[in-house]
Formats: sequence, structure tokens, C-alpha cells
Amino acid sequence: MKYVIIGNGIASIGAIEGIRKVDAENEILVIGSEDSPAYGRPLISYLLAGKIGPDRLSLRPAEFYKKSNVTLKLGTTVTAIDTKARTVTTDSGESIGYENLLVATGGIPFTPPIPGADGKDVYNFTNLSHAQTLISKAREIKRAVVIGGGLIGLKAGESLFDRGVEVTILELSPRILSLAFDENAASLAGNRLAEVGLDVRCGVSAKEIQRDSAGNIKGVHLTDGDFLQTDVVVIAIGVVPDYGLAKASGIEVDRGIRVDDHMRTSAPDVYAAGDVAQARDLLYGDDRVIPIWTNAYNQGFCAGKNMAGDTVRFLGSLAMNSISFYGLPTISVGTVNPPEDDGSYRISAVLDEKKKSYRKLVFQDDHLVGYVLVGDIDMAGMYTAFVKFQMPIPEESRRQLMAGEPDVLMWPDDFFRETWNPGNHDQDS
Amino acid sequence: MKRVYPDKEYCIGCHLCELACITAHSTSQDLIIAYRDERTSSGLSPCKRVFEKGDTCVAISCRHCDEPSCVAACISGGLHKDPETGRTVYDRDKCVGCWSCLMACPYGAIRRHPIENKIVKCDLCEGRAEGPACVQACPNAALKYEER
Repeated sequence: MKYVIIGNGIASIGAIEGIRKVDAENEILVIGSEDSPAYGRPLISYLLAGKIGPDRLSLRPAEFYKKSNVTLKLGTTVTAIDTKARTVTTDSGESIGYENLLVATGGIPFTPPIPGADGKDVYNFTNLSHAQTLISKAREIKRAVVIGGGLIGLKAGESLFDRGVEVTILELSPRILSLAFDENAASLAGNRLAEVGLDVRCGVSAKEIQRDSAGNIKGVHLTDGDFLQTDVVVIAIGVVPDYGLAKASGIEVDRGIRVDDHMRTSAPDVYAAGDVAQARDLLYGDDRVIPIWTNAYNQGFCAGKNMAGDTVRFLGSLAMNSISFYGLPTISVGTVNPPEDDGSYRISAVLDEKKKSYRKLVFQDDHLVGYVLVGDIDMAGMYTAFVKFQMPIPEESRRQLMAGEPDVLMWPDDFFRETWNPGNHDQDS
Repeated sequence: MKRVYPDKEYCIGCHLCELACITAHSTSQDLIIAYRDERTSSGLSPCKRVFEKGDTCVAISCRHCDEPSCVAACISGGLHKDPETGRTVYDRDKCVGCWSCLMACPYGAIRRHPIENKIVKCDLCEGRAEGPACVQACPNAALKYEER
């Protein structure tokens, strides 16, 4: 097989589309351990909340795979990669040869050692089957405790709450979404959740899950001494790269699978992309695992093009999150909480608690390197432009940005022309 | 593929492109009804955005990028690239209003629908025989619909 992709998430979709940019002919084989065509993983919270039905989960139209000449081998787990023989082995014992292989196995939920966590009614919330389990569970339970106030935990809590379950979310750090938010953003979002009736507790975590003699969950002992009665516990601390398969086959692994700037691993013609990969960060320049949707797609896309014979460099990952809390939208991109002792950063922040609006811009020297918007998010992409294209910002433009008025006319002339009116140079001279 | 190219040397900032866009995407196909009624009742809004800075103006909308950031960011499959036409296609029914595309598009070409939890984005007036309404309406030919 010319192209084999292990994993069937968004990185895999990116890879298929990347390959097809270069090679319209050769067949692609996707091996996925779950049973459905690629679905929007973040959509499981919309499904659990009852906002969408299962029919809206798929990421691409049904004809996509046929049109793209992709064969799906679903419900199949790859058990070994042989990088010398260039084969992968599946759990049904099948051996499949590859010319180019992409490892896009994603992440697996991280479960810290909490006494009592082993046993029934402790769940994760990262794939479709988790959501389906919680949907059926939600009908019979009254209370849930969610451990983790990051993206997955907040979304799990919110959607269980929408199903009529009393929810408490526990977050060990002093604020929710501690990486993407600062105190102001976290408190606006936290207040919105509290208004609706969701109990969010920060600076506290689960010490022990208490069970009765039959093994049923009674409640959760917290690190602050409190005790919460509950029927289920959802552990949503985060995900860790699922690199076991790659590591066992001798592919170089650090925090994730190591890739170069063409998404190549240490093994010939083996690539990696998505939550399993440790790839270059756009802002910091070092290699990091940033388990974020857009990065997974972009890495897959870049890997796909390279697998098909093109030579393209990965631009670099950029941390970005968009999450709404009951109608209160928030967006966070790039460096949001720079080190306090580093004088090269300057912060501009405008908070309006009444309007539930917040704008924080983080500048490093003469560049915008990150921002947070709460409430009024409509200009978000225009801030992203300054971060992504690393455009220098003159003082006048900085003032305009700080006033919340980003604008394409602030872009350097050449860049503007290349972007918006290419091929039209003569008349300007 | 043919795209709409805005030229700030010619744009006079008259906003007629926005009005033409609203009309083309209205139910009534009538400027007055579209602007006075549909805008308030159904949240009809233009896919164009006019920027002004001193004497300089420009009207922008979706560039239908070859490799769009919005498609990479879309969690619902509501945005995808049509390999045949090259257009960045928006499927309103699939959109869940997560605003990831709005965050990712560095060209500021996606906005929120004022009423519904959906986005508003240029579709190049798909199906309109005369092509994009904004181009047709532009009095100073600052918008060109062509292959480059």
C-alpha cells in the first residue's frame, strides 16, 4: 500500500487532504480502532448535551472517502509496526505493507492515581463511546463530580448539567483553563457557569473516591477536607500522547513522537501528526506536544503532502482555543501568561465586568504574541493574523490594537498586496 | 479558480458592496426590504467588511484560500474545501457555532450571525448568474472577480 494511516481523527483527515493535494491517484488505507468514520471529537460534548444528534458527528460528507480513494479499516487496532520490513500488524493478525506510514494515534486520557478510581462509574470523556456511556448513565444519576477544569472537564461538566445532572467540577490550580486563561478571563467564565448553577471549585482536587462494600461510588473526599456525594466521577485531567506502538517499534519518542520540520519520525518514511506528535511550536521554536485541534489538522496536512513527495515545512503549532460558556464566548491564542520577570513582554488589558467583556493583548518587543478575548470576540481572527504572521507592529498600530480595533489596513503594504490583491503590482508603480 | 480581489487604490468606501451582498443573500431580493426588514427580523448581514483608515478603504471577504485555516479549525465539518470548484464551502446545518473558524481566519473574513449560533461567510454568490453581487455593484471597479 502506498499510504497507510494509523488513526482516524482530524490529523488523519488532514493527511488525506494533504496527500490528495499532491497525489490524486494512489490508494490510501486508514486503520482506525473506533467503529465510525472520522468524527469531530469536540462534538461529543454537543452530543452529550443533546445539542446535536449522532447524524451530525461526521467530519466529512459520506462520499468523501470514496471520492478521495480512501479505504477505511475500522474497528481495527494496529498492534505492531515493523519499520525494517515496512509492515504494520493488526489485531486480527493481518500484516499490511506500506511505502509511507503516518502514525496519528492521538492521545489517551491521563488518569492520576486516586484511591478508589479503579472500579465502576469512573469515566473519561475523550471519545464517542465515552459520550454514549455518559448519555445512558445521565438518565439514572443525580450527581456527578468532574475532576479537571480544563477544556475537556468543563465541556463534560456542562453537557452533563444540560442533561439534568447536578455537577461539581474540581480544578486543582487556582483557576479554570489555567493555560489558556488568566484570572480575569477565568473569573468571567467561572461566574457564568455559577450563574447557570454549575458548581466549579478551584484549588482543590479529589483525594479519594469512596465506595461502599458492593463497590458502588458513595462520594469523593476532597483535598480541602470536604466530601461530595456523587453517583459518577468523570476524570478529565487531559490527554497524553498514545505513542506506545511507535516506541515499541523503535521510533524515537520523547514527550510525544519526535518529528522533524517535515513531520518525519526517526524511521524512514514514517511520519507522525496530531496529539501523538511532538512538533515545532511557532512562537517558541522548540518541539512540544500541543494537543489542539487545528495543530492536529495542520500537522496531518503537512505530513500528507510530504508523504506524497512534496517538500513542505511545518509552519509550527500555535496554541488556540475557542470555548463558550452558556452564550459567553471566549478565545485564547498564543502566549497568554508570559513569565512575569521577563521585561520583553508588555500587556494591555481591558476588563468590563458588567458587560462581561475582556480583552488582553500580550506583546513581546514589537510583536503581538498572544491574546484573550471574552465576550466580544468578533475581531479575533484579525488579532490571530498579527500573531501568526509575526508582523512587526509600529507604535501607532499598537495603540489601535490596544483600543480593540485591529484592521487589515494596518498590515505592511507588501504583505497586504500579496494577500489581498496579488498579481496587480504594475499599476502601483 | 476565480476569486474576488479588492483593490484599495480604487475603493471609495461607499459600502455598496455590503448592500449588494445583503440583497443577494436575502429572501426578498429587494434592497429596501432586505435592509429594513430582513436585517432585523432574521439577522441578515453582509459577508463583506469595509475597512477605512484616513482616505484609504478596502472591502474584504473570504479569500477562499487554497489551504484555509478555517477548515483546519472547524470541529464540525461545517467548513470544507470543494476539491472540484476550489471554494471554501460552508454547510450551515453542520455549524455548531463554536467560533473556531472565526478565531483561526487571519483575514477576519468570518463573522458571527447576529441572531443564530452560526457564522456568516462569503459563498461567492453561488448560483447567481451574474457572479458575485459585490463585484457587480462596485461603482469604481475596486472589486474584481477573476482568475489570477
